[in-house]
Amino acid sequence: MSEIIEPIDKLEPIEDIGGVAQPLLRVDGLTKHFPVRGAWFGAAKTVRAVDDVSFSIAKGETVGIVGESGCGKSTTARLLMHLMPRNAGDIIYDGRQVGRELSLRELRRGMQMVFQDSYASLNPRLTIEESIAFGPKVHGMADAASRHLARELLGKVGLRPENFANRYPHEISGGQRQRVNIARALALSPRLVILDEAVSALDKSVEAQVLNLLVDLKREFGLTYLFISHDLNVVRYISDRVLVMYLGEVVELGPVDSVWDQPAHPYTQALLAAMPSSDPDNRTQVPPISGDPPNPIDPPAGCRFHTRCPFAEPLCGGATPKLTELDGLGHQAACYMAIPGSGHSRAPAARDLHSEAPALS
Amino acid sequence: MSNLVEVNNLNIRFTGERTVHAVNNLSLTLGEGEVLGLLGESGSGKSVTLRALMRLLPKKRTQISGTVRVLGRDVLALDDDALSAFRGQTVSMIFQEPALALDPVYTIGRQIAETVMRHEGKSQHDATARALEMLEVVRIPSAKRRLDAYPHEMSGGMRQRAMIALALACKPKILLADEPTTALDATVQIQILLLLRELQREFGMSVIFVTHDIGVAIEICDRVAVMYAGQIIEQGSLREIVRTPLHPYAKGLLASTVHGAKRGARLETIPGTPPSLDQAPSACSFAPRCAFAQPRCTAALPPDVQVGPNRSARCILVDPATAGA
Ligand SMILES: Nc1ncnc2c1ncn2[C@@H]1O[C@H](COP(=O)(O)OP(=O)(O)O)[C@@H](O)[C@H]1O
Ligand SMILES: Nc1ncnc2c1ncn2[C@@H]1O[C@H](COP(=O)(O)OP(=O)(O)O)[C@@H](O)[C@H]1O
Ligand code: SF4
Ligand code: SF4
Ligand SMILES: [Mg+2]
Ligand SMILES: [Mg+2]
Repeated sequence: MSEIIEPIDKLEPIEDIGGVAQPLLRVDGLTKHFPVRGAWFGAAKTVRAVDDVSFSIAKGETVGIVGESGCGKSTTARLLMHLMPRNAGDIIYDGRQVGRELSLRELRRGMQMVFQDSYASLNPRLTIEESIAFGPKVHGMADAASRHLARELLGKVGLRPENFANRYPHEISGGQRQRVNIARALALSPRLVILDEAVSALDKSVEAQVLNLLVDLKREFGLTYLFISHDLNVVRYISDRVLVMYLGEVVELGPVDSVWDQPAHPYTQALLAAMPSSDPDNRTQVPPISGDPPNPIDPPAGCRFHTRCPFAEPLCGGATPKLTELDGLGHQAACYMAIPGSGHSRAPAARDLHSEAPALS
Repeated sequence: MSNLVEVNNLNIRFTGERTVHAVNNLSLTLGEGEVLGLLGESGSGKSVTLRALMRLLPKKRTQISGTVRVLGRDVLALDDDALSAFRGQTVSMIFQEPALALDPVYTIGRQIAETVMRHEGKSQHDATARALEMLEVVRIPSAKRRLDAYPHEMSGGMRQRAMIALALACKPKILLADEPTTALDATVQIQILLLLRELQREFGMSVIFVTHDIGVAIEICDRVAVMYAGQIIEQGSLREIVRTPLHPYAKGLLASTVHGAKRGARLETIPGTPPSLDQAPSACSFAPRCAFAQPRCTAALPPDVQVGPNRSARCILVDPATAGA
């Protein structure tokens, strides 16, 4: 086969400024409260969807966010994408404050998102090729070049352009649509891709195909991922580090293996223990916690988990426990049991900052 | 042990704008006190199979052939009166979406009581007492107060419990469960699964439990039938299916489940997608995706090879002599 190989026009990724030592994304004190009308007399209430959330994502890293529905995962993602205003917090992309040193337009190129609903971000009246080419065109690429790029990307996500380029979103399967969404996100040459439950609607065998694809693309394009999912198995597989959220707050974060092997927050422990067994001879005997997650409208004071926590003590309903470093390796938990000298009966004794990291459990 | 349910050669076809051969040559049995899992990906025919057992499919556009016997009775031949007694008293169903079972305009207590009055001819007083008892059985806190709650006033997990209370109110012999925990959060799902496991034992019910999640099947099933393109392609005990699947699709499905997979290692996948169901299968439906396919696989429908007493697989490679080992 002789084909003229011509270079594919691509948008240049936005420049790497701070080098590897500088996080690609730093989030500080991110907060989003939704006012809601109360049932009685229209009294104003507040959903504390995201409350003082801080974390960073290193270049080339995959950070996972887990937590049950309503804990604020999607709101966090939308705030990072600047799809809605926030109440407070700084979002810093590669050292540049978004909105000041980095324009929203530039941010859109540097950060892209894939949603759970594979239909949501595809215009039903555009062919797949047109959908993928749309973004680059908006950012100034010529029509022919953007179509060329779209076909190239279709190939990268495992869809033969000659079969798929001219089809419409409703003519392909959910798994194929999600591949198109990934191609569409990549068309702007982003460095960070936020995947919000991007594989959750897919059947298991298709989910595995898309996860493999994400791993390949990450390597090929040098991407950084923020991977949001309620599926703990998937998050463990794909993430380097993980944040656990409960009612709008980060209750634990750290390298995924430390968090899985030595979960420090009782909520993380319950979440992990709630995963169905994989061994017919070793079924789950007792549910790790009872009841449903409480309403995020006016959540409990103090530690938000104290209404369901088997270890709750009076101090837990007082002030909010701060995320506290556990091992000097980035594993942190927001629980009084993990804070030396907190006054919780299970907390380690107070220690001075220079002593060795305490052995956990 | 006698079988409560015997399905033989069931074929279900939807006609209309498009023809869908949703269930093809399906046979299964359900024993006394047994929990059978129907495991498969979306569109494989799990819900349609369950609905057929309750005769819940749209009459006009559905063609059914084969036999469905429940407690020895021919379900496909029941008249309307017999059918309404059959539903609820003999067989009852719970769903992923409680909205399919619970009426939004009546309180939970009233719905359960009405069902008991209709099926068992109990007085309002006795029926209400049963409703309270059922809410306690499914461990709804402050059950007495909850009798007067409307479905929308309850959280997701509590609504699911209320639906289970309604389904079990007339002590059915058989419970059909269509992904009742799929939409729930992890910490709630495990509570509902363990509750169902306990109630199944306590009531001595037989259960057919539909799920796409192998982990869920592991928590609750005794036996598993794996579905693909409207057929059962393999069945066996839970342990056999989990540990030594025989059919290439069942093997692939289990292998591609991200369960403790090593980071960075490639996940096993099944290439391609399931076939369209616009024609009745005349070959192995999995052949286009199967790494072991050979001409024999597409020459005819592979036989359902009996491998053991309750074990079979629909694949030409499965050898009754060696597979059981
Ligand atoms: N636009 C909105 N208006 C009011 N409340 C909202 C809005 N978006 C989300 N919420 C609420 O914020 C909380 C967090 O939601 P979300 O971020 O979607 O959670 P998750 O993605 O973890 O399931 C929920 O209680 C949700 O109901
Ligand atoms: N009432 C109906 N009319 C036409 N097609 C239907 C109907 N119900 C289900 N189907 C089709 O039958 C097939 C099997 O569906 P279903 O049993 O719901 O699958 P699942 O295994 O996901 O429960 C699917 O292709 C579905 O689209
Ligand atoms: S701070 Fe108290 S209530 Fe919160 S998780 Fe720790 S022990 Fe439980
Ligand atoms: S019958 Fe043939 S194509 Fe079908 S699963 Fe067996 S080996 Fe594969
Ligand atoms: Mg979400
Ligand atoms: Mg279904």
